[in-house]
Amino acid sequence: MPNTDFSPEHLSYLRRRRLDTLTVRGTQILLVVGFFALWEIAASRGWINGFIFSQPTRIWAAVVRLASEGELWRHLGWTVGETVLGFSIGTAIGIVVAVLLWWSTFISKVMDPYIVVLNSVPKVALGPIFVVWLGTTITAVVAMAISVSIIVTIMMMHTGFKEVDPNQIKLVRTFGGTNGQVLRKVVIPASVPTMIAALKVNVGLSLVGTIVGEFLASKAGLGYLIIYGGQVFNMSLVMASVLLLLVVSVILYYAVTFLEERVSRGGA
Amino acid sequence: MARVELRNVGLNYHTEAGEVAALQDVNLTVQDQEFVAIVGQSGCGKSTLLSLVSGLLTPSRGEVTIDGNPVQGTSKRVGYMLQQDYLFEWRTILDNALLGLEIRKERTPEAVDEVREMLKTYGLGGFEHYYPSQLSGGMRQRVALIRTLATKPDVLLLDEPFSALDYQNRLSVGEEVVRILRERKKTVLMVTHDIPEAVSMANRVVVMTPRPGTIRSIHSIKMCDEGLSPLQTREVPEFREYFGAIWKELNADAEH
Repeated sequence: MPNTDFSPEHLSYLRRRRLDTLTVRGTQILLVVGFFALWEIAASRGWINGFIFSQPTRIWAAVVRLASEGELWRHLGWTVGETVLGFSIGTAIGIVVAVLLWWSTFISKVMDPYIVVLNSVPKVALGPIFVVWLGTTITAVVAMAISVSIIVTIMMMHTGFKEVDPNQIKLVRTFGGTNGQVLRKVVIPASVPTMIAALKVNVGLSLVGTIVGEFLASKAGLGYLIIYGGQVFNMSLVMASVLLLLVVSVILYYAVTFLEERVSRGGA
Repeated sequence: MARVELRNVGLNYHTEAGEVAALQDVNLTVQDQEFVAIVGQSGCGKSTLLSLVSGLLTPSRGEVTIDGNPVQGTSKRVGYMLQQDYLFEWRTILDNALLGLEIRKERTPEAVDEVREMLKTYGLGGFEHYYPSQLSGGMRQRVALIRTLATKPDVLLLDEPFSALDYQNRLSVGEEVVRILRERKKTVLMVTHDIPEAVSMANRVVVMTPRPGTIRSIHSIKMCDEGLSPLQTREVPEFREYFGAIWKELNADAEH
């Protein structure tokens, strides 16, 4: 039972801490509101060209129009769907490959230089190849999303597997444990935190892959909207799509964080 | 009856830089229900010796037998306790204690009941569903012992099992572990660099030379044969004589 009968000194300390938090939050909100207000005023006073730079009210109007036409959810649905698909497949394949590399030192030694090279290649450069091979389809977009996230997953997970305490592995071996048992009883459970960290990185990377994929090969999604808006010089549509993309990425990130809290609460 | 026997055992470690002889001409016989402690400086190969008995390593020369049968890979007859408890943070105390049985595919309802009973007997009743981080160092070490005993080995290998504990705990957990092992009539081979610990617990203390490790001398300790507990042994006047003799031998090697 914590002591709730605080001394005046402690109460003033608590007050200061609360005030501190409030000041930080307040400043954060002020910055956003100020930014959009300044943007709006600058555009309506003619300080900046509202046609080129757009302005918050026009962006809002664009979002409302998209929503009323029912287009908003269709585009959001495509982008989120493609991202989640690319993210899930990329993570799954990445983990399987990492297990393979952990299992066989031979394979891991052979693959090492290839993984390093693949990791340093900017994956978006492969976009046109996917489009030619797979057509302007969802498959090409998902392939793009997978290619951006998979190598990082492999490297993070393999490093995580190798960092498992060798004595914990030795413990399983003293009971006559096989490779498969070492994997299931120690390596995988011990690597759950690494797995969550990889998921967090991947969610952002898959979104990058999806948007680039949509730039190149799609008829729907936020990436498509951005390119389309740019081509017809509708900057409000572009800005609206970018802001929606921001919201999507934040929601996806917090979805993974939520998952992390569920897992860590289940564990301890 | 000889439980464990090492005959002319030698082991070499290979690296690209060369070959290192870790053990050489080790001859040792451990009788049934005997407690043998091995002392020596760091790097003298005493932990390697345990790995050979456990079957985790294969000797380069010579032979290791348990009840006359050559050791080939890990055996159900042998239990191994490492330097730390290495309890898995993602498993409850009960599931940690059941790890060995699970790996051996012997996690039957009866076995689970037995382990629960053991936890209760050794002061861990009510902690079955706790996680390791919620337990003290001494309690964790007891869980590690139960995890080892659960698979019912005849021979126990202890690799500095108390070195991770603070001094107070080292004495009290040591006292308890020795009592449990005597009760259960186990044959024990323990490695330590703590001379008082070795003298207080063992029937015989084996002193090893620096690398390549071989047996320098063997001291029979009479207190253990008389049934004294480790703490009682530390009170006996002869305790200091044994300590002095072993310390001198180890020190002579250190001055080389």
